[in-house]
Amino acid sequence: MAVTHHIGDEFLMAYAAGVLPEAFSVVVAAHVSLSDDSRARLGAYETVGGAVLDTVDPAHMDDGALSATLARIKGHAPTARAATPRRTPGVLPDAVQRYVGGDVGSVAWRNVGRGVKQAILPTQDSAKVRLLYIPSGMAMPDHSHGGTEMTLVLQGAYRDADGAYHRGDIEVADEDVQHTPVAFGTDDCICLTATDARLRFTSVLPRLAQPFLRI
Amino acid sequence: MPRICCDTTRDAAVWDFTVTTNDTRDAEWAHCIARIRADRDETAFVTLFQYFAPRVKGFLMKSGASNTMAEECAQDVMATVWQKAHLFDPTRASVATWIFTIARNRKIDMLRRQRRPEPDDLAWGPEDEPDQADILVLQQESERLAEALKALPEKQRVLVERAYFGDLSHGEIAAETGLPLGTIKSRIRLALERLRHEMK
Repeated sequence: MAVTHHIGDEFLMAYAAGVLPEAFSVVVAAHVSLSDDSRARLGAYETVGGAVLDTVDPAHMDDGALSATLARIKGHAPTARAATPRRTPGVLPDAVQRYVGGDVGSVAWRNVGRGVKQAILPTQDSAKVRLLYIPSGMAMPDHSHGGTEMTLVLQGAYRDADGAYHRGDIEVADEDVQHTPVAFGTDDCICLTATDARLRFTSVLPRLAQPFLRI
Repeated sequence: MPRICCDTTRDAAVWDFTVTTNDTRDAEWAHCIARIRADRDETAFVTLFQYFAPRVKGFLMKSGASNTMAEECAQDVMATVWQKAHLFDPTRASVATWIFTIARNRKIDMLRRQRRPEPDDLAWGPEDEPDQADILVLQQESERLAEALKALPEKQRVLVERAYFGDLSHGEIAAETGLPLGTIKSRIRLALERLRHEMK
């Protein structure tokens, strides 16, 4: 099914500029891997980056800079290989597999209850990114947002008040939104979700679970 | 962009496109990269270094790097241009855009000590031979975009640049410039719309 929910321009521009937190960058990279439309717009924002580089005031390089750099490259053929070979995209795009260490079979899931599982990916900043596994027919824990939440579907589908989301679709919610996504379809739903603040759960049980969820 | 593409089988001959009078600066730089790739041509590298190294350094300093750090990183970035010359694909990016992405990734590594997750490569079939006309259009458009950026009203141009220099979010730009967040977002949007209009 073609991707119908694409990422907004402000996130693509921030990702192209390299100023988006790592957790959100993982989600954007994974989404771009699945959406030709977003990939094309990303290309446009990177071209703007090239134009910014082209028009910036040049800074004076140190006197020995050129000879130092020439000395560095001497004897190094311009054939350096990619440091890490790319993995074959599966359910998880390569950008996600690099954090997991493989495709969906390698995810170290932790049970959260009622068949829902999660795995937090190791990123550097305070924003967090996790994989969520929601059996078809189950709801994600009902919560309101303390910040921005970005959710990308990687398998199956979910539905909330704003519509249906399938593989490659991305949804961004801010603190004003209260939604209750429910997984549906033949496959269980796997999502990649980045959050930039601790979420406030609105029902008691998930709130008790919050310390374990680390969200 | 510095896509990690393992396709080293592509015939180097496709890079030796003929220089015509329509060539842009970017076509000359692409030619320099082709010469680095084919002949390890240091003269071609010097040409790229002299233009781009001071701009990469300027970009990094605007992004908050110290003079020493920006100098070291600019040299790193240019050494990467040499080492990864075989990964440059003129059908996907202009040379300025490609070097920007290398500088951006180095900046994330240096200033934020974070990894840079990259999208998966597209699967290119054997029918995807580089098309010289496509390359020319991409180079010309990249150059027109730079011209259009220069021609933007100062206030809009500065905000677009700040969005790329940042470790500043739009919110932080608001704190620093004293402009309301809504104004900043709408100015950036307006600037991008003007850029798009210029590209039509």
